[in-house]
Amino acid sequence: MQFSRVPSITLAVAAALALIGCGQKEEPKPQAAAPVAAPAPAPVPAPKPEVTVKLGHVAPLTGPQAHLGKDNENGARMAVDELNAQNLEIGGAKVKFELLAEDDQADPKQGTIVAQKLVDAKVNGVIGHLNSGTTIPASKIYFDAGIPQISGSATNPKYTQQGFKTAFRVMANDVQQGKILGEYAVKQLGAKSVAIIDDRSAYGQGLADEFKKAVEAAGVKIVANEFTNDKATDFAAILTKIKSKKPDVVFYGGMDAQGGPMAKQMKTLGLKNAKFLTGDGGCTPEFIKLGGEAAEGQYCSLPGVPLESMPGGKAFGDKFTAKYGQIQLYAPYVYDAVMVAADAMKRANSVEPATYLPEIGKTSYQGVTARIMFDELGDLKGGSVSMYQVKAGKWSYLETLGGDVMAAAKDAVAEAKEAVVEAVKATGEAAKATGDAAKEMAKDAAKEGVKAGAEAVKGAADATRGAAEATKAAVEKK
Amino acid sequence: MDIFIQQIINGLVLGSIYALVALGYTMVYGIMGLINFAHGEVVMIGALVALSVIKLLANSGLPGVVIVLIGLMAAALVCMAVGFAIERVAYRPLRKAPKLAPLITAIGVSIVLQNLAMLIWGRNYHAFPPILPNGEHEILGATITSVQIAIIIIAAAMMGGLILLINRTRLGRAMRATAENPGIAQLMGVNINQIISLTFVIGSALAAVAGLMVSANYSIAHYYMGFVLGLKAFTAAVLGGIGNLAGAMLGGILLGLIESLGAGYIGDLTGGFFGSNYQDVFAFLVLICVLVFRPSGLVGEKAAERA
Repeated sequence: MQFSRVPSITLAVAAALALIGCGQKEEPKPQAAAPVAAPAPAPVPAPKPEVTVKLGHVAPLTGPQAHLGKDNENGARMAVDELNAQNLEIGGAKVKFELLAEDDQADPKQGTIVAQKLVDAKVNGVIGHLNSGTTIPASKIYFDAGIPQISGSATNPKYTQQGFKTAFRVMANDVQQGKILGEYAVKQLGAKSVAIIDDRSAYGQGLADEFKKAVEAAGVKIVANEFTNDKATDFAAILTKIKSKKPDVVFYGGMDAQGGPMAKQMKTLGLKNAKFLTGDGGCTPEFIKLGGEAAEGQYCSLPGVPLESMPGGKAFGDKFTAKYGQIQLYAPYVYDAVMVAADAMKRANSVEPATYLPEIGKTSYQGVTARIMFDELGDLKGGSVSMYQVKAGKWSYLETLGGDVMAAAKDAVAEAKEAVVEAVKATGEAAKATGDAAKEMAKDAAKEGVKAGAEAVKGAADATRGAAEATKAAVEKK
Repeated sequence: MDIFIQQIINGLVLGSIYALVALGYTMVYGIMGLINFAHGEVVMIGALVALSVIKLLANSGLPGVVIVLIGLMAAALVCMAVGFAIERVAYRPLRKAPKLAPLITAIGVSIVLQNLAMLIWGRNYHAFPPILPNGEHEILGATITSVQIAIIIIAAAMMGGLILLINRTRLGRAMRATAENPGIAQLMGVNINQIISLTFVIGSALAAVAGLMVSANYSIAHYYMGFVLGLKAFTAAVLGGIGNLAGAMLGGILLGLIESLGAGYIGDLTGGFFGSNYQDVFAFLVLICVLVFRPSGLVGEKAAERA
C-alpha cells in the first residue's frame, strides 16, 4: 500500500540500484507507520534516538612496530570520521561511530588483555589486531563474546581456521602469499639455493613456512634456516653463517624494522650477490629508509594490488596523506575493514553484533583495496598478491600474481545473480518481473554503461508497475 | 676460516656495544649500589638528540666528522641534564628508602622517558645520514667497517679513562669514599650529593657516546631502542661483575662473542637440533652458570655487606 503512493519511476530506479548494488532489500520504514499506530498523547515528532556504535581498534601503538600501529589506527579513524559525516541511520536511530583505540604492543599476552577490555566495554565490533601473533589469541575472546572481528593485516592462516565465525580478514592470507613468494624466488629470480630467516612471530614464522614449502616444491634447496626476533637490530652472526652457504636469495619473514637493517648488514658483510626478498611486513617506506643504499633492488610482496591501481586508491591516498601524512602499510586495508563492518550493520539494519554478524559473511563491498567478499572461513575471496622492487629509492610495482582477477570478477557476477534470485524469492512470485528486468539491466549496464542503463530503467519501471499491482493484489488476498 | 674470523669480529663489535652501555650501569652501581634501569633510555635519548642535530647540519657543508662531533656534544649536554634530573627526581628522595623503591622508580623513569621520546621524535624509525666515512676494511677475508673499529677503540678508551678517573683523581677518590661509606665520607668533608650527581652526569655523557655509536653502526634510531640494549648491557655488566669497570668490558665482549658464535655454529654442531633461535638462551645459560659459581660475576669483588 505504501508502494502505490511513491512515483513508480523513482521506485524502479531505487529497486534496480538496490538489486545491482548488493542485494539490499528496501524495507518499509517502521517509523513511517509509527504515528498511525501510536496513540495521540505521546509527543509525535520525538527526536530520533541516537545510538553510539563502539568499534574497538587494536594495534601496537608503542614498541618497535608503533609506526605501523599508528598507521592502522589512522586508517580506522579516517573511516570512522567519514561514516560520522554521513549521518547514517540504522534501525531507525541516528548512529554515531566511536573508535576505542587500544595498544597491544604487538605482544600476544597484551593482545588478550586488551581484547578482554574491549569485550568488557561492550564494543559492537573490533577492527584488528595488526599482528597475527596478537590477533589469533584475541580472536577466541571475541568469539566467546560473539563480537565480530575484522583484521586488516593479520595474515597468518590459523586466524580464520579455528572455526570462529566471528573472525574475518580483508587481506589475502599467508598460504597464498608464501606460495607466490616462493614461486617468484624460483621462477622470476632464478634462485638455485635459498636462505630463510624469520622473526619467530606468528606472522614471520607462518609466512616463512609457506615460502619454504613452495620453494621445496619447486625442487630448490634451502641452504640455511635462521632466526631472529622482532626487537633485534644486529644480524651479523646469522648473516655471516648464511654467507658461508652462498645462497642466491635470502628471504626474511618479519617486519620492516628488522628487514631494512638486515638488507644493509647483508651488503656490509659481503653478501652482495644474494637478492633480498621479504613479505608485506617489509613493504614499507621505513624499509628503504633503514636499508639505505642496500635497499636498492630488493623485493617485497604485498597482498592486493598497488594503491594506484586500487579502485579508490588514489583518492584515498590523497585524503589520507593530507590528514595524517605518508601511508605506511595497512591503512587502506584497515579503512576497508571499518567500512565492511558499517556496511554489514546497514544491511542488517542493526548495530547489535548478533544481528549483523551473519551479514558480514554475505558482504560484497567495493572497498578501496578490492571488492571484498568472504569465503566460508572469513578469508578474503580471490585475493591477489603484488610484487615490488626498490628502484631509485622507492618501492615500484612489478606485477600482480595469483588470485586471478577474472575469477574475482566472475565471483562478483555470481554473487550479483544470487542477490537477484534472493530478492525475487523475497518479494514473491509477483516481483519476478522486476528481478528479470533488473537482471537484464545489470547485464546491459555492464556492457554499455549509462545509456543502456537508462533504457533498462524505463523497462524496469514498466515491469515494476506490474509488480506493484501484483503485490497489491497479493496483499489484499492476505 | 674467513667465516670464523668474521664471527669473531661480529662478536667483538656487538660486545663492544654492550660494553659501552654496560659501563654506565656498572659505574652507577659501583658508587651507589643502585641499578639505574633508566640508563638504556638515556642511551636512546643520546642517539636521538645526536641524530636530530646531525640531520640539521647535514647540508651545512661542514665535514662529516665535525658534524658528528657537534651532534655528540649536544647529545652529551642533553643526556647530562637528563641524568642529573633523573637522580634528583627519582633517586635522591629515596636514598634512605628500602632498596626496592629506587628500582621501581627506575623502571618508572624509563617508561616516562620512552614515552616522552615517542612524543618528541614520533613512532617512526630514524635513519642515520651517511655522513661518516664508513668504508669497509678486509681482515683475513672478513669485513669490518670504520665505525665498527671506532666502537671497539672508544669502548676500550672509555673503560681506561673511567678507571683512571676513579683510581687516580681527587674526584675519583671522593667517589670511592662515597661508595665505601657515604656517612663517613660526608664527615670527612665530601659533598656526597655533589659526587652522586656527578656520577650520574658522567654516566649519562657516556650514554650519549654509546647512543651515537650504536645508531651510527646500525643506521637506526628509535624511541624503543634503549630497552633491549639496556637489558643486554645489564646482563653484560652482571656477567663481568657489576660495579667493576673492567668487568663490564669483559662481560660485554664475552656476551657478544657467545651470541655471535652461538648463532653461527650451534645449528651445525647440533645437527640442526638447536638453531639461531637459541642464541639468547645460550647467552643466558652462560650467565646463570657464571653466577652459580661466581655470584659476584667474573671479576667482581665480593660485595661488602652494608649497614
